[in-house]
Amino acid sequence: MALALTDIHKHFGAVRANDGVTVSIEPGSLHGILGENGAGKSTLMKVLSGFIEADSGRIVLDGQPLDLNSPADAIAAGIGMLHQDPLVFLPFTVLDNFLLGTPGPARLDRISGSSELARMSAELGFDFDPLQPVRSLTVGERQQLEITRLLWLGAKVLILDEPTTGISAIQREQLFSVLRQLAADGLIVLFVSHKLEEIEELCNSVTVMRAGQVVGAAEMPIAPAELVAMMFGKVIEEPGRPEPMAGSEMLSMTGVEVTAGTANMTNLDLTISAGEVVGLAGLEGSGQRAFLDTLAGLIPAQKGRITLDGIDLTDLSYRDHMDSGVHYLPAGRLEEGLVAGLTIEEHVALTTRDQPFFLDWEAATATAEASIEGFNVKGVAENTAESLSGGNQQRLLLSLMPEQLRLLLMEHPTRGLDIESAEYIWSKILTRRESGTAIVFASADLDELLTYSDRIFVFFSGELIKVLDAAISDGEELGYLIGGRERS
Amino acid sequence: MKTRTEFHPLPTILSVLAALVVSVFLLWLTGAPPFEAAGLMLEGAFGSADKIANTLLAWTPLVLASAGLVVTFAAGMWNIGVEGQIVMGAIAASFVAREVPGEAWLVVPLTLVAGVVGGSLWAMLAGVLRTKGHVNEIFGGLGLDFVAAGVAVYLVIGPWSREGTASTSGTDIFREEAWLPTTTMFGTEMPLLAVTLALTATVAVYYLLRGTRFGLRLKAVGQSPRSAFLMGIPNDRYILYAFAVGGALAGIAGAVQATGYHHKLVPSVSGGYGFLGILVVLLAGFSAKWIVPIALFFVTVSVGSTTMELRLGLDSAFGGVLQAVIVLFVMFGTAYATERRRRSKAWSSDP
Repeated sequence: MALALTDIHKHFGAVRANDGVTVSIEPGSLHGILGENGAGKSTLMKVLSGFIEADSGRIVLDGQPLDLNSPADAIAAGIGMLHQDPLVFLPFTVLDNFLLGTPGPARLDRISGSSELARMSAELGFDFDPLQPVRSLTVGERQQLEITRLLWLGAKVLILDEPTTGISAIQREQLFSVLRQLAADGLIVLFVSHKLEEIEELCNSVTVMRAGQVVGAAEMPIAPAELVAMMFGKVIEEPGRPEPMAGSEMLSMTGVEVTAGTANMTNLDLTISAGEVVGLAGLEGSGQRAFLDTLAGLIPAQKGRITLDGIDLTDLSYRDHMDSGVHYLPAGRLEEGLVAGLTIEEHVALTTRDQPFFLDWEAATATAEASIEGFNVKGVAENTAESLSGGNQQRLLLSLMPEQLRLLLMEHPTRGLDIESAEYIWSKILTRRESGTAIVFASADLDELLTYSDRIFVFFSGELIKVLDAAISDGEELGYLIGGRERS
Repeated sequence: MKTRTEFHPLPTILSVLAALVVSVFLLWLTGAPPFEAAGLMLEGAFGSADKIANTLLAWTPLVLASAGLVVTFAAGMWNIGVEGQIVMGAIAASFVAREVPGEAWLVVPLTLVAGVVGGSLWAMLAGVLRTKGHVNEIFGGLGLDFVAAGVAVYLVIGPWSREGTASTSGTDIFREEAWLPTTTMFGTEMPLLAVTLALTATVAVYYLLRGTRFGLRLKAVGQSPRSAFLMGIPNDRYILYAFAVGGALAGIAGAVQATGYHHKLVPSVSGGYGFLGILVVLLAGFSAKWIVPIALFFVTVSVGSTTMELRLGLDSAFGGVLQAVIVLFVMFGTAYATERRRRSKAWSSDP
């Protein structure tokens, strides 16, 4: 049951997303697809899973040439894809989600469906309550549900697109052991990632892509440096810690109490200095978001006082926070930052201060072009926000920030970006310190936290449990704290 | 409003052709001669100067309502309350026409202003229900449509009823100074002022959304309210503004209907132009650019089918069938074209 993709071409206008890709994979493989952002990994997987049609090329599974026009065709042929954000229907129950997309009679047979779900999930070692609404599941659990569903529909090839983003370490281990089991049972598992260590840990063979082409293939294990060289076409050095630039005290929180959702922080007494970089560590949903939202003025502190440069911000609105020099970039680049459907120049016009009533398009276009140039955005002023890649969206967001800033708040500033893009983003963020801007960012990436922060605030179960000096901490200590334990 | 089907001429034209083929087939089924029917339709709409004047008078409120709907759609709002806003505009204009004495130069502008105020306030009610009360604007608007229709009926058979009668056929005819003026041309009364109002409104809406800070912010609110809010744009206020502008244009449409067409208030004063306007805007891809010709096409079918009825004995409801067939075909055609484009173009952003 081997899978062979031959000479796949897919062009988007002038961009050759896939430029003659040929890959063949043996049954029982845990095969990694590695490459930086924009290398063409996702396009290839979308072609294979029927989401988009290739311009040319052949897909052969088990000796059968496939003609895939839709995801339904793909799953009927035994190819199932788990998306980065599992495509589940939030208000539905676990069982109804499981039964969605099943071929068969119009009437839903929930009774046999539920026993099928129980049987499949027991085989995989997952545990679901069939009547729980999917909304209340974590991202990791939604993934498990989706994998169960795809396998039940008869997937022989399972594609996972960056599956470890946003799931806990335990769920990651569970996921990996299931994938190993599936490969041992003779399935083909395609694991798409730009994270070297995951490919190293999990896969037994790997295909490396760059600029729409296959630039290397290898059996694992292989030296990481070799993979990096293939990915980028050059050797990339690990970034060093930037020199700290913290100045005098700027932000202070005294006796602050925040309870919102799962966050439950009491008696926060903290100060942050001008030019300081503070990293917020913790599992997803441990209170970091609430902390950022509070500093941004989106959720009010129930008690205590927050001052910035001596000005009391405690009861002021989000708009007032903006006017005081606070800028917030939440994780959802297209949901909480950019406006899908609007172009780069429209974004510039939208965010320019003191824009006259009748828009000055010439100035906006000129500014947009300067931003594109200055922030190395791959695009033109007329491109819409959603047509940009994640890295370029983040660059655009940074370029739209006002010049005068006191406090920059960011959630997952480099999530989903490759090493090169991430370093570029950080170089731009760090220059902000020179004018005294303090930076507070949440991240799930321990290396990022340790590399760029001066101090790290560790969150667990809705509370800020520890403040660390990043210069003398290591990943192991941080890892324990995030899990709610001190290192023994 | 996240996924919009944009206006693309080619799929639209092909879809209209397909719809016409189906319509010819339907005509053939009823035993009517299709080409003669089409000829009669055109003749009914444009056959004489009188008929052209009549068509233009029907076209005006449709364009005004459509232009207003473009604004509310830009803010991401389905302004189903547009019918009620037309009715309220008509009621307010009728009030002025009945109660304010004086010359035409004074009364006519006042009827239009009244239309703006009536339509605008009624729309903002839907807006407030949406922003403050979290009532979906579709349901709020639909409810307000019924209320407005009720108010119109109440006025016509109650306080404003004709002396000695209480019929739903309308109030007394307004005195002539309150009529929307027409211009004598080609031996008929052409509604030049009304047409000018409609064209001005269309151009103004196009420019408002394209060239102003207000329009850009409105689009941002409509496309991604959360991002817009985080950029510091007060979403709720902009949604209210959109309702105010959209309602104002619907209100002018109502004023034109009352003072320019019926010359009195009738319960059905909206003429269904609000709902028809929604179809026009859907076909126009939510842009002001194409509403003028699309609205003309719609009124041609409506007005022309009356002649068809007279001459062929075909019920004039056939005009409605034809419009519906076209809308469905064009929606399907453009959605299909967009989907084809999406499948071959989108997904290009590697996450």
